[in-house]
Amino acid sequence: MNRRETLKLLGVGAISGTALVGSSKAQVPVQKEQEDPVFNYDRAKEELAREKQLIAQGNFFTKEEMATITILADIIIPKDEVSGSASDAKVPDFIDFIVRDMPQHQVPMRGGLRWVDMQCLKRFGKPFRECTEKQQIELVDLIAFPNKAPKELSQGVSFFNRLRNLVASGFYTSEIGVEDLGYKGNTPNQWNGVPDEVLKQYNLSYTKKELKECIKFD
Amino acid sequence: MQIKKQSKHYDAVIVGSGAGGGMAAYTLAKAGLKVCILEAGAMYDPQQNITQLKNPWESPRRGASTKFRPFGDFDACYYGWDVEGEPYTKAPGTEWDWWRARMLGGRTNHWGRISLRFGPKDFKRRSIDGLGDDWPIGYDDVKPFYDRVDKLIGIFGTNEGLENDPDGFFLPPPKPRLHELFIKKGAAISGVKIIPSRLSILTKKINDDRGVCFFCGQCNRNCSMAKADFSSTNVLIYPALATGNIDIIPNAMAREVLTNEEGLATGVSYINKDDMMEYQVTGRTVILAASACESSRLLLNSKSKRHPNGLANSSDVVGRYLHDSTGASMGGVLPQLFDRKRYNEDGVGGMHIYSPWWLDNKKLDFPRGYHIEYWGGMSQPAYGFGGGIEGLNGKFAVRGTQKEAGGYGKSLKEDYRYFYGASVGMAGRGEAIPLYDNRCEIDPNVVDRYGIPVLKFNVKWSEHEILQAKHMKETFDEMMHNMGAIVTWGGDYNKANNYGLESPGKIIHEAGTARMGSDPKTSALNKYNQAHDCKNLFVVDGAAFTSQADKNITWTILALSMRASEYIMSEMKKQNL
Repeated sequence: MNRRETLKLLGVGAISGTALVGSSKAQVPVQKEQEDPVFNYDRAKEELAREKQLIAQGNFFTKEEMATITILADIIIPKDEVSGSASDAKVPDFIDFIVRDMPQHQVPMRGGLRWVDMQCLKRFGKPFRECTEKQQIELVDLIAFPNKAPKELSQGVSFFNRLRNLVASGFYTSEIGVEDLGYKGNTPNQWNGVPDEVLKQYNLSYTKKELKECIKFD
Repeated sequence: MQIKKQSKHYDAVIVGSGAGGGMAAYTLAKAGLKVCILEAGAMYDPQQNITQLKNPWESPRRGASTKFRPFGDFDACYYGWDVEGEPYTKAPGTEWDWWRARMLGGRTNHWGRISLRFGPKDFKRRSIDGLGDDWPIGYDDVKPFYDRVDKLIGIFGTNEGLENDPDGFFLPPPKPRLHELFIKKGAAISGVKIIPSRLSILTKKINDDRGVCFFCGQCNRNCSMAKADFSSTNVLIYPALATGNIDIIPNAMAREVLTNEEGLATGVSYINKDDMMEYQVTGRTVILAASACESSRLLLNSKSKRHPNGLANSSDVVGRYLHDSTGASMGGVLPQLFDRKRYNEDGVGGMHIYSPWWLDNKKLDFPRGYHIEYWGGMSQPAYGFGGGIEGLNGKFAVRGTQKEAGGYGKSLKEDYRYFYGASVGMAGRGEAIPLYDNRCEIDPNVVDRYGIPVLKFNVKWSEHEILQAKHMKETFDEMMHNMGAIVTWGGDYNKANNYGLESPGKIIHEAGTARMGSDPKTSALNKYNQAHDCKNLFVVDGAAFTSQADKNITWTILALSMRASEYIMSEMKKQNL
């Protein structure tokens, strides 16, 4: 899914963007139907009560904020020849959950999104999500490279670092992302030591003592 | 308000169900004694309450920690640093972080399984360096119990013939992982000893009740599938429950040890957290195993005419000599491992190699040693993955291309793949000197939500521990350099930050607060973990430790709890209890 398609799905394409940056409507969180969360792993009693409360809260971010997060997330992790994009891996949903779970992210994220919108408004006369792809990349280029970013945009750099971290967390812990990385574990197996070809690659070997003492499998 | 008294009279009422309580319950129940376990947390059965082999995406927070699971969403331990409604306080200018598991089996459900026997020197430190005190027992007293714990629970490792890291009954260890081979190289240049680690994980079958390790690297989630690692629940409590001799009362927060006119223990009063009613349960003996500080809190809160300074505290040492392991760590990346070949290297849940203390303190500016733990490689991604990439991808060329730090897009995806699995880290765990003034006591002004007076901590590191941390950091720096690693964190150590020494409590090896000794004037317990002042009261957790060595304390808690339990049975036979 590309960014424009994502916007269409979210129903916040260019036509709905009449407001400049925020609006009273934009402050209303997206309401979700309340349902008990289902976990396929252990939850203690008090823990489950908190999980339910986190879900019942509904989305933290507004539709407009989610649209911006989705565009930015897909700029950070786009589809490539190996794997899909951040939005393919539902990273924006993860980000909305994690800011509810970790309130320390809330002000920097909300404020950072607004900072981005204000920058775009000054430069392009529109909030980020309504800018052209070229304008969006122009803004991102200003804040995505900490060592060469203009000093006066340091708050944007901090925001982008945080967002990049959250997107990486969300993407590489998704099924798509784990496959992309090539993590092979989390499955019953027999550890027989570093594969021979890898030992050879690094010019390493096990000692006689290790070969004698350690568990081995045929 | 009414206090409900249970009609059943037990041979032993045990407070706490971790290593010490689990072993006492197991030993006594297997011998036919009737046992009641009071557990302050919830019931928990590793066969039902499963987090093992879950994928990161199955957690909405992708394995991140919460107050309920400070070591991550799949970690098996309930609670930790912050227990709702159960505060504690600290004297101004002091630090103490207090870990409290609240569940059946306690912290053994998630611990590191690092199972190190104390050595002969560890029981006689005062005789060696004049600091602290000797234990009233020596290695030879505990050795038979270590041997039996090895065989009963299972442990892998190797017999190395080291004087102060004794041999045991070991299953074969796993071969080192790739990053561990690089650590070995670096350590060899630095003269740091490396041997196979000693973890209570079954690499071979030891009985029909438990399986063998299938190398998922998730011991901290408790081995629900194979029961192949040690937890009090899987290995002691549930097997002992089958005897029919154990009653477990969960969510039972002990308030006080009850005593009679003669000053003997008669039972324990507790509040049931579910119905908030007050209860009493009685027994022929009372065994405390609530964790060092909780057991001491209970003793200090158990005041009576016969025990005006708290139970087992005529010496005024209860709560004193509180000490934790020292800890300092460092991490980095091994550029040799960039862009590495992928394969499953989960291995066991923890390091395959470690460094026992290898130096002579006579030639150093601090007493006592430390061991080093290692980690790294291609672990399961979790929340925090790839964090701070901007500190890496501008520093190292990616596939021959020097990039600008930070970035986004396809190029960034390449960077995450390139750096994955190249991390390496190490941490020292050392022995602190137990000091009389380092203590927890009852806060005169604060109670918890159950009305139980809480602990106030007053602990400060001494110069000994700070200098030890300095040595750790300098050693780590050198080893990292020698293995070709680049330090990315933990490299900023200096006098002002105590050389990165963790605040006390953080390593979660608290001990010493009801120490054993030969002299009732300077110790709370005798050499059988029995209170000098109250013969049918025993403390079998870390509180009993006169000192805690540079070894994780669980294996010694288990051995001493087994020993104390057998002493209890023999004293009962002699009609002394």
